[in-house]
Amino acid sequence: MSLEQAPLPLGPSSWAIDAGPDPLAARQGLIGAPLARRDGPAKVTGEARYASEVRLDGMLYGALAFSTIPRGRIVAMDTSSAERAAGVALVMTHHNAPRLHSTVELGTAERAAAADELPVMQDDRIRWNGQPIAIVLAESQEQADHAASLIDATYQPEPAITRFDQARADARPPALYQGDPLRQTIGDPWTALAESPHTVDAVYTTPRHHHNAIEPHAVTLAWDGDELTVHDCPQAVTHLAWSLAQVFGIRQDQVHISAPYVGGGFGGKMLWQHQILAAAAARLSGRPVRVVLSREGVYRVVGGRTSTEQRVAIGAEDDGTFTSLVHTGVVATSRHNNVPEPFIKPARCLYATRNATFEVKRADLDMLANTFMRAPGEAVGTFALESAVDELADRMGVDPIELRLCNEPAVDPSSGKPFSARHLIEAYRAGAERFGWEARSPRPRARRDGEWLIGLGCATATYPYNRFPGGAARITINRNGDATVEVAAHEMGMGTGTVQSQVAAERLGLPVEKIIFVLGDSSLPGVVLAGGSQQTAAIGGAITAAHRELVGELLKLINCDSPLAGLHPDEVGTIPGGLGRLDDPSRSESYTAILAAAGVDTISAEATAPEGMEQLEWSMHSYGAQFCEVRVSVITGEIRVSRFLGSFDCGRIINARTAASQLRGGIVMGLGLALMEETQVDGRSGRIMNPSLADYHVPAHADVPDIEVMWTDIPDPHTPLGAHGVGEIGITGTAAAVANAVYNAIGVRVRDPPITPDKLLRHSPGR
Amino acid sequence: MVVNGRPVRLPEDPRVSLLDLLREHLGLTGTKKGCAQGACGACTVLVDGARILSCLALAVQYSGRSVLTIEGLAEDGQMGPVQRAFVDHDGFQCGYCTPGQICSAIGMATEIERGAPSHVTADLTGTVEASAAEIRERMSGNLCRCGAHNGIIAAIQAACGAGP
Repeated sequence: MSLEQAPLPLGPSSWAIDAGPDPLAARQGLIGAPLARRDGPAKVTGEARYASEVRLDGMLYGALAFSTIPRGRIVAMDTSSAERAAGVALVMTHHNAPRLHSTVELGTAERAAAADELPVMQDDRIRWNGQPIAIVLAESQEQADHAASLIDATYQPEPAITRFDQARADARPPALYQGDPLRQTIGDPWTALAESPHTVDAVYTTPRHHHNAIEPHAVTLAWDGDELTVHDCPQAVTHLAWSLAQVFGIRQDQVHISAPYVGGGFGGKMLWQHQILAAAAARLSGRPVRVVLSREGVYRVVGGRTSTEQRVAIGAEDDGTFTSLVHTGVVATSRHNNVPEPFIKPARCLYATRNATFEVKRADLDMLANTFMRAPGEAVGTFALESAVDELADRMGVDPIELRLCNEPAVDPSSGKPFSARHLIEAYRAGAERFGWEARSPRPRARRDGEWLIGLGCATATYPYNRFPGGAARITINRNGDATVEVAAHEMGMGTGTVQSQVAAERLGLPVEKIIFVLGDSSLPGVVLAGGSQQTAAIGGAITAAHRELVGELLKLINCDSPLAGLHPDEVGTIPGGLGRLDDPSRSESYTAILAAAGVDTISAEATAPEGMEQLEWSMHSYGAQFCEVRVSVITGEIRVSRFLGSFDCGRIINARTAASQLRGGIVMGLGLALMEETQVDGRSGRIMNPSLADYHVPAHADVPDIEVMWTDIPDPHTPLGAHGVGEIGITGTAAAVANAVYNAIGVRVRDPPITPDKLLRHSPGR
Repeated sequence: MVVNGRPVRLPEDPRVSLLDLLREHLGLTGTKKGCAQGACGACTVLVDGARILSCLALAVQYSGRSVLTIEGLAEDGQMGPVQRAFVDHDGFQCGYCTPGQICSAIGMATEIERGAPSHVTADLTGTVEASAAEIRERMSGNLCRCGAHNGIIAAIQAACGAGP
């Protein structure tokens, strides 16, 4: 912070309706500064140590064997060859696995982290194709892998539902999803649709996707009596500690999760069977264990985003005003979990409508539990919705941006709540100008460069603001004026430690070099899920609360002759290196002086952030306008994304460098959704057919153009730091922007991504 | 075999990949395992200056060869120029593909220098410019799932001293 700034008042003690904005949100200085990642040198030199890189004395290596049928019973298992193989210490199956308690499904308890509540290797039942049926421990990975390949299981198959069209016939409403029935009707949408002069009514489908973090799921763990130490790569250290404790019938504080670095998560790195099997096998063998899933193993054991079939129908008046909005459909789920991909969320907040209906139904298959993946609901929901809006604009002969903007709602159309901050129009105007939208021809196939047709498309991005309960932090200041901030949070590439060091430094009035930020350990304060794009606000709120507590403790320490004597925390503010009176900044004390005068070496305070009441008062979302230029070959149907721009409205940006990278990263994954990503399932057997990075295509360097990102940087007056998380919004709207650009280029509307050349050539009128 | 200038013993088990030798036997965990199938590039190391996928290489095949890993790129504790550029241009997020990207970039630069053409090289007989298109094409064997592609290409261009 700069010297000329007035003392910074403390952050609000609550985020409810009567709280003022966070004073930090308006601060210049470190907030917004594009600091380089503080863990950068460790990552580029190979010093950063990930879960599979911790070596424990006497450690055994694990390998899993997987079922090859989707449903039935194991009637015989021959493990004799595996047991005799060189180096093998243990073969564990349902016959000898220790008795374990059930897992607790994510969302059903505060600290639950499991994808389902199925027993883990406790019986002879097979519930999906690829379910682990044995774990082998051996002295080396090579020995374990070989021995696992020798396990021979005989099955009694039972009829299984392995095709979506089979399951679809019995589609039903889901159980409540995060308290939401995922169905709502406003007004009379069907009559309004029938009476509308302009309509679009189409079905869009999206396939299964996998997270494919480059770091495969890995765990290195050891028991010491009933104490379990786990080096893992989760997105939820505290949830994982609690969840493993449930399974093994011990206390949460007997499980210690360490995860200073997570090699990518995207929703996939929670509690799956491999951690439980590793811990159970370690207990049985009496030795530490490392289990690193093979890339195939990741697909067999860890669920991904499920497939969707979405209908979007829109009715509009001649002036473009929407009279009716229908967004309904069916998602594939498994019989044993409840993550019905909530694709209706964007439609519920984006457009003003008097008549609307939204509904998600689930169709249960005998498959591995599906789970959250980057922007669950919004990533695929915006594909369908924003494609449909583009189709309507095309039919009406109006500009798709103008069509969107003439349907901007004054309040949230489904909840009636006011928006906490919504500047989508500004994001569109700024993005359109920057991108050169006016050069777009409304007519497809109008721009050509040799064999390449060139098209432009746009789409709206949206993702909610979340701040889940449980954010807590501890701040400790020492006699040198150094501060340590501790939160059980996660670094999976977001730049958490860097960004929150900036926040803490500005809050405390210290140079960022004086801040040590500690995360990635279940022994630290807080229950902070790295999900829902909530970490920035959750940690920011926790630091705000801990800082208020710390200031209170400091004021208790000071002498009666101090210029700050007798003051309440709300009467002081942060000045460089200490505290000053808000009414007279010249009267101040440094932290080091306060500690020295009191004769103490350190002062520490811990606090839990107040609950996220702001989310009850306002409709809180981030927004964005995604712009894409594609080149499509009329000869091969090859699609090249040649330009991309994302213009975002996501509150105050804390670190311009890491935020830009996160936004770009989301867009890149959205390009994958649009053009190449698809987890392919054999409908006969329910087995994933492309469980590798050679067969499941993700964007490579040659697929990714220069991606420009910009933002409004308007603080949300009702959130800690005025910020929203930015980890997920980038993927939303991207696939629709690509599809809309492809249509503008070649005149073919693809409603079933990935948009591959065969789908274009099948429908293209030719050269 | 020599790894980062130091002689190392080959493994007794001939199944041990060069990657697993580095990570599990020598404790050089900077080289990453992303797929063990040659599809992601996270395990890229330099052997006698050329980039290879260490997951697809059996360690015993590299008897007498000189291997350079990410741990060997820093000198006197100072990051090498490509490493520095990755930090400066935010060429990573989670960091897991990063050592492979960096080793691959160094190997790629020597391929461009000696004029080896790629799919996007227009003139197969002339010199090769380290353009963004060339670098993108040549780095496509190194996957990044966080989406740090722009930063990676910018870092490589800066470190290679190339124009846009």
